Amino acid sequence: MHTAKSNHHESDSLTSNIWDVIVIGAGNAGLCAAITAAEAGCSTLIIEAAPKDMRGGNTRHTRNLRAMHDEPTDVLTDAYSFDEYYDDLMRVTKGVTNHELAKLTLEKSVALTSWLGERGVRFQPALTGTLNLGRTNAFFLGGGRALLNALCRHADKIGITIAYDTAVQDLAIEEGLCEGVTLEDGRFIACRKLITTAGGFEANLDWLAEGWGESAKNFLVRGTPYNKGAILKSLLNKGAQVVGDLDQCHAVAIDARAPKYDGGIASRIDGVPFSAVLNKDGKRFYDEGEDFWPKRYAIWGRLVAGQPEQIAYAILDSDGVKRFMPSVFTPIQADSIGGLAEKLSLPVEATEKAIEAFNAACPEGPIDQQVLDGKATKGLTPEKTNWAAPIVKPPFYGFPLRPGITFTYMGVEVNDKAQIIMSDGKPAANLYAAGEIMAGNVLGQGYLAGIGMTIGGVFGLIAGEQAARSLTNQ
Amino acid sequence: MDTISLYDLATTPAHEETKRIMQICNACRYCEGLCAVFPAMERRREFDEGDTAYLANLCHHCGACYHACQYAPPHEFGVNVPQTLAERRLETYGQFAWPPKMAGLFEKNGLLVSIIITICLSLAVGLMLAMISPALFWGVHLGEGAFYVIMPHTVMAGIPLAITSFTIVAFIMGWRRYWRSTGAKWGGMPALSDAFTAMATLRHLGGNQNGAGDGCPGPDDKPSMRRRYFHHATFYGFMMCFASTSVGTLYHYLLGREAPYGYFELPVVLGTVGGIILCIGTAGLWYEKRRMETGLKSLTTLGMDYAFIWLLFWVSATGLILLALRETSYMGLTLAIHLGLVYGFFLILPYSKFVHSIYRFAALLADAGEKRQTS
Repeated sequence: MHTAKSNHHESDSLTSNIWDVIVIGAGNAGLCAAITAAEAGCSTLIIEAAPKDMRGGNTRHTRNLRAMHDEPTDVLTDAYSFDEYYDDLMRVTKGVTNHELAKLTLEKSVALTSWLGERGVRFQPALTGTLNLGRTNAFFLGGGRALLNALCRHADKIGITIAYDTAVQDLAIEEGLCEGVTLEDGRFIACRKLITTAGGFEANLDWLAEGWGESAKNFLVRGTPYNKGAILKSLLNKGAQVVGDLDQCHAVAIDARAPKYDGGIASRIDGVPFSAVLNKDGKRFYDEGEDFWPKRYAIWGRLVAGQPEQIAYAILDSDGVKRFMPSVFTPIQADSIGGLAEKLSLPVEATEKAIEAFNAACPEGPIDQQVLDGKATKGLTPEKTNWAAPIVKPPFYGFPLRPGITFTYMGVEVNDKAQIIMSDGKPAANLYAAGEIMAGNVLGQGYLAGIGMTIGGVFGLIAGEQAARSLTNQ
Repeated sequence: MDTISLYDLATTPAHEETKRIMQICNACRYCEGLCAVFPAMERRREFDEGDTAYLANLCHHCGACYHACQYAPPHEFGVNVPQTLAERRLETYGQFAWPPKMAGLFEKNGLLVSIIITICLSLAVGLMLAMISPALFWGVHLGEGAFYVIMPHTVMAGIPLAITSFTIVAFIMGWRRYWRSTGAKWGGMPALSDAFTAMATLRHLGGNQNGAGDGCPGPDDKPSMRRRYFHHATFYGFMMCFASTSVGTLYHYLLGREAPYGYFELPVVLGTVGGIILCIGTAGLWYEKRRMETGLKSLTTLGMDYAFIWLLFWVSATGLILLALRETSYMGLTLAIHLGLVYGFFLILPYSKFVHSIYRFAALLADAGEKRQTS
């Protein structure tokens, strides 16, 4: 065994020795894995593609994790039993999951918040916060970047080396055995165990286009620009077993004015249920009031992606615009529907007609956004089945919408030891994966808020522990 | 918030930037557990000049949100809440200043404070040297009334009395201008009690609105409680010095006993302990501000910050030096220097960083009222 090293400056020290464990990616999964391995005595190197300020992949944009618990804790209220958690997971994935790994994730989620807490991560006290998820989800105080800061400080303290701004180009894998990694600058770094926690490929629009066609070019990437999928591609080329479909991703409708990359949570639009959503031809295309927004926002990315030029417009009046959380981008405003259509570059006549028809089909009386109020339109295609209120009170507002990809689901298959399964069905000897790059094993489709961080944490701990265990046994 | 205000605030670049940033923060809300600013922001959808003035003065500049921010530079949103609010805060000091003509004093405040203090110091020392015979000035004076050989008590106490009367009026008017233009509402005695607790414990300085944070992130993002402790030392040291002067005044008028008092008498004990704590606190705050990450510091307020910290330090340090030298022939000189600094301090008070305590407390009081109203 090597002693842990902590030289951040001399690049030579990266290449001059064989690391016990190399972790690719300094997100939640990577840090959990590296810390576990280093605490077990392994010399550990984390290679992070992003510069320090932008480190941590999509963990930067997260804010909570979903944890099972049988009684209230300091960071979670009430109880969230295994059965209920499991039912929730089955409901969103429609059973597309590895049941054994799903069970493992849930069981191990119990201890996650205290493990993180002992390493400096702070949580919001239970019963506070905006989202009313205090029962099922533990919220990081200050969000995901604060979690990263705490874990990186701990990693530094226990002697883990983190190489920032360092991209891995390829993995040296021969017959299921990994000998090290090649960096983009050509340097080779040797290791005994490799843990890949390098995320998905949501920032690689070319790769997305293989699943989505040319429309992918119009997607916005809410997540980190550093998840280009180089590690995943390398693993798949070297014979790792793929899991999940190429076109499965967490895609929500976000403000079209959001940055091309890295827009994160703030690019969110919550107004769809109180609006009429038109495509660029001025036509409605889906039931805006099908269900509460938290249960529907994740299908709207896909819906907008299916419209011409992958754009849509949520139209609201001055009552509707007050019904949801404010967004970063001020809505486009006009005193008439026609004026708004002009400003949004929508066909004026078609838009006016669509809104007129929508208004005429709305029922009488006020809507109640606290419940599925059943205030549905009559005679429209498609109908709006809840919260249908006429858009009549000026000024009128419009939000342009685009599909925003947060993360992708296709990854590598793993077993309960976080070992990567090769295409011959056997686990690779010294290759592990955790986080988004393998989340598709558990989350085949759909989404459950906070479960990405849970999968990353649980499999990060398993990968770190397994990598260290097999080293100490040698 | 809709407010009909007697003191409508003009829009400014720092207001516009605060407004831009708050719109991003309000769509994110990840920082809502860190301090009072973010929950107060969440109670609003739009941010007029009064709102940004309120939020700016509620911010304790701990830096936790900057380190936690996914949109901080180099992200293209370029969100820097502590720095922006510090700049907005400085603007409001000018906008609330009374008389309004004095607003300009908050520009280049570090230079201004330094000049005023130098003038006061030179005047005090120069006048005393000119007016008092060298034999008296450089003489050794012992026992009750020793100070008043150099300067009669009526003059020594009369000057600050005149200055502080003005200062108090300036503070009351400043408070009034703040309160009206931010549309703050009185939340009753429970809110007052909340605000006092928040002030006395600095619960919002340390990265957790429950007061249980790990402290302010230093460079390399390591949190530390030092700034909170140093600020406590500054605040409570200052209060002890203030108490020392008050007790001394009571001795003088009620007991008919004249300074200097014995080393173990209450005014001296309070002044000595308070003075030492104040020196440690201010020196510590200076050190912490110096090592603060550059991205977090507001260069426009730095002059004001440093000038005030050092002024407080030297007011206190010269008091301690006077105590040490009061039975020597340097008493006259050290007394002149100390008094020069003290008078200068009180003169500049309404146009120095000291006003942060007035508006911070007003903001805490308004916040406590809002919270009690909504909860």
